[in-house]
Order: sequence, then structure tokens, then C-alpha cells
Amino acid sequence: MNRMQKSVESTQAILESDAIAVERTLAGDRDAYRVLVERHSHNVFRLAYRMTGNRHDAEEVVQEAFLRGYQKLRQFAARSNFGTWVYRIAANYAIDRMRQRQKEEARREAPRAEDRDGMENDPLNRVPDEAPTPERLTQSMELRKQMEQALAALSDAERTAFVMRHWEGCGIEEIAEVLKSSSNATKNTVFRAVQKLRRALQPFVETGAQARAMGTES
Amino acid sequence: MKHMSEEELIAYREGVAEQQAVISRHLAACEECRGELDRIEAVLAALDTLPVPEPGADYGRRVWREIAPRLAERSGRWWHVWMEPRRLAAAGVIVTLIVAAFVAGRITRPGKTSDNIANQEQVRERVLVVAVGEHLGHSERMLVELSNATPTGPTEKEVNISAEQRRAEDLLQENRLYRQTALQEGDAGLASVLDELERVLLDVAHSPEEVTPAQLEAIQKKIEGRGILFKVRVVNKELQQRQEATKPAQSDSTERERNKV
Ligand SMILES: [Zn+2]
Repeated sequence: MNRMQKSVESTQAILESDAIAVERTLAGDRDAYRVLVERHSHNVFRLAYRMTGNRHDAEEVVQEAFLRGYQKLRQFAARSNFGTWVYRIAANYAIDRMRQRQKEEARREAPRAEDRDGMENDPLNRVPDEAPTPERLTQSMELRKQMEQALAALSDAERTAFVMRHWEGCGIEEIAEVLKSSSNATKNTVFRAVQKLRRALQPFVETGAQARAMGTES
Repeated sequence: MKHMSEEELIAYREGVAEQQAVISRHLAACEECRGELDRIEAVLAALDTLPVPEPGADYGRRVWREIAPRLAERSGRWWHVWMEPRRLAAAGVIVTLIVAAFVAGRITRPGKTSDNIANQEQVRERVLVVAVGEHLGHSERMLVELSNATPTGPTEKEVNISAEQRRAEDLLQENRLYRQTALQEGDAGLASVLDELERVLLDVAHSPEEVTPAQLEAIQKKIEGRGILFKVRVVNKELQQRQEATKPAQSDSTERERNKV
């Protein structure tokens, strides 16, 4: 309880200081924007990475989100909190970028039978973010590979909905706005995403009950 | 007892079910549905272990360093002139001219006008032409170097293209800016050439620093396949001619050599 209260207080403090930084930026103090960039870059990166699946694109999305945020700051005008707002810009840009890529891929290559994301299949676009280390278990490597593939096989909307809802805890309305969709359709998209992930991954995953039965978990 | 559907359980798990309380009560009473939810949870829990790379403690500062100069560009000086809505129409005309020139394969010289408005247009046009021209020149040089890259020896297994890669990353940022402006202007023609260039730049920026000869060949094939070098050369050539055409009579700045093909 105590910890929760503390976190609510610090969230409040950040919101207030964000609002001040926004005001100062609008008043022409460019360095005030720097505070916002430095404060929110990590969170936006996490979202962008989960949406795009690679570091290079994620970094591009982060930069573009803050650039657009700066340009549109007047429209923002302290309506909500800056973190959520820049998040939405990032999600929007990430989804545009992914769609644009697919169009380009589709134009260049013969249409695929599967509803797959072209970019993840392009070896040049697959930048390994961490070199495989020998000590890493082959089993967890295999699971990780399966998970990455399962996420990549989702449609852009499904991946966006899943990332925003499941990992970032965004509200359905917020996600619907990014997807330019109704809230019911968005709920459905969240469902489809989880369902597809489950179909793809369940064979590789032990349930807690199974693990307990096998005595691998206390 | 009617069990919960997978959809209901997933919605419940993600906190978006219409009747969270009803499902919650059912789960308390039904072992089968608890088992089903457990299996869903296990998949989601596994997904939660997927690592997100840590961009580093100084990441926020790096982002700022990257974007700070571009904030100035977007709000100051000639970019400002270009981006200002009233002037966008003028810029649009220029961009359209560039595209038209590309398509027609020749440049249309502006008529001889002596009034001030025309002169201002020319100054603005010159600034744009120089900027886009330089960008295309740099892109072309990088692509030519990459197209000519070969393993240094017959025993060499990997080719280091890290220098080209870094240049591609810088060019990518510029290219994006031009492409977006062209898009905003509805100039599909120029946007499309820049778009193709961007794809190639992305490919280069995304490739590993050390590539195998086969990977290098794949990149080179992509460059060739899109005929991007040809397109860049044609557009750039037209831009240079256009620059000549709009050069002010008195030269107040030292002429620089640029974009030598
Ligand atoms: Zn049941």
C-alpha cells in the first residue's frame, strides 16, 4: 500500500513537472523540451522496440515521435499527460512505418500466400540485438525464437493492440485511436492477438500447473 | 454449467471483458476454466520474458543530441520558410517542377522575369535545389562505393561496410525529411523516388557491419534492381541544371564544388 501511494505521488510529481516543461517549451525555451525527451525516451523506446521488433526501427520511431511531439506541442496543450501523448505519436508512426514497408515489399515481391510481415523475413532487416552467448540455454533460445516469430506473424494492428494493452497497459480507447478503429473492434483485435500467440506458443510453454506437478517450481 | 469461452477468458485476463465480475465468480467455482486460464497465463508469462534491449543510461541524452539540431531546422531559417503554410504552395511548385523535369527528361527554364516576387521565388528555389541536390549527390556516392565494394582478398570471408552504413544512417534522416515534405505536398512523384532511395538506405543501415560476399551481393542486387542509381543521377542532373538556371547574376558567395558525378 505504502509503496503504491509513493508511486502515485511520484507519478503526480512527474505529471506536474512535465506540464511545466511543456509550458516552458511553448514559451520558446527549447531546453525545456530536452527534459521531456530525456525523461520519456526509455519508455517510448520500449514500446517502439516491441512494436517494430528491431532496434534500428525502434530508435527511428523514438526520434520521430519526439520531433513530431515538438511540432505539435501546441495541439497538446496539457490536455492529458505528455508521456501518454508522445506514446501515441510513437505508436502511430510505428504503425505507419510498418504499413509503408509492407506496401513496398508487396510491390517488389510476388504476393505471399501467408499473411506475413515482409520486413521480418528480410534477412537484411533482421539485426540481431544480442549476440547469442554460449551459456544461453538452447531451449530458451528456441522459445525466444518462437515468440519473436509469433509476434512477427501478427498483423500490425494485432501487434500494436497487444503491445499497447498487454505490455504498456494502455486503455482500449487510446489503442482504438491509434488503430483508427472502434473500441469493440479494438477489444476484438486484442483477443485475436492473444489467441494467435497462444496457438503458436502453447506447445512450447509449460503451464504453472505442469511445472508445479513436475516439481520445478515450489 | 456453461464454461467461459476463450475470448471471454482472454478479455478477462487483459482486463477488457464486459463482465469481469461474472467471469471472476465462474473461475472461482470452475476448475476447468481455471486450467484454461492458467494455460493462457503461461503463454503470456513466457512472452513477458522476451528481452527488450536496454538502450543505455544515456539514451535520453543521445535522443536529444540527435533531434536537437533538427528542431532548429524545422523551426528556423530556410526550413521555416519552406514549412510555412503560405510558402508551401511555392515549394510545392518547385517540387512539382523537379518531378516534371524528371519525368519529361528535361528541365523547363523559368521565363525571364524582372519583378521582385519572381526573384524571391528563385532564391527559395535555389536553396531547395541545393539542399536536395546535395543530399542526392551524397547518397549516390555512398551507393556507388557500396556497389563497387569487393572482398579485399580471395581468402577474405567478410566485407566491412560499416563506413557506408554510418553514412546511410545520416542520409536516412535527411531523406526522411525530404520525403515527408514531398508527401505533405502531395508530390507523389518525388516522394516515390525518395521513398525508393530510403528503402535502399534502410537496407544498408540495417545490414550487419561485416557482410559475407553473398550478403553484399544481395545488397548490390537490390541497388541495381531498383535502378535507384540511375534515378538519383537523373534527378540530380536536372537539379544541377536548375541551379544554373536560377543562379543570381552577382555571386556573393564562394562557389563550392558539389555533387560531381
Ligand atoms: Zn468453466
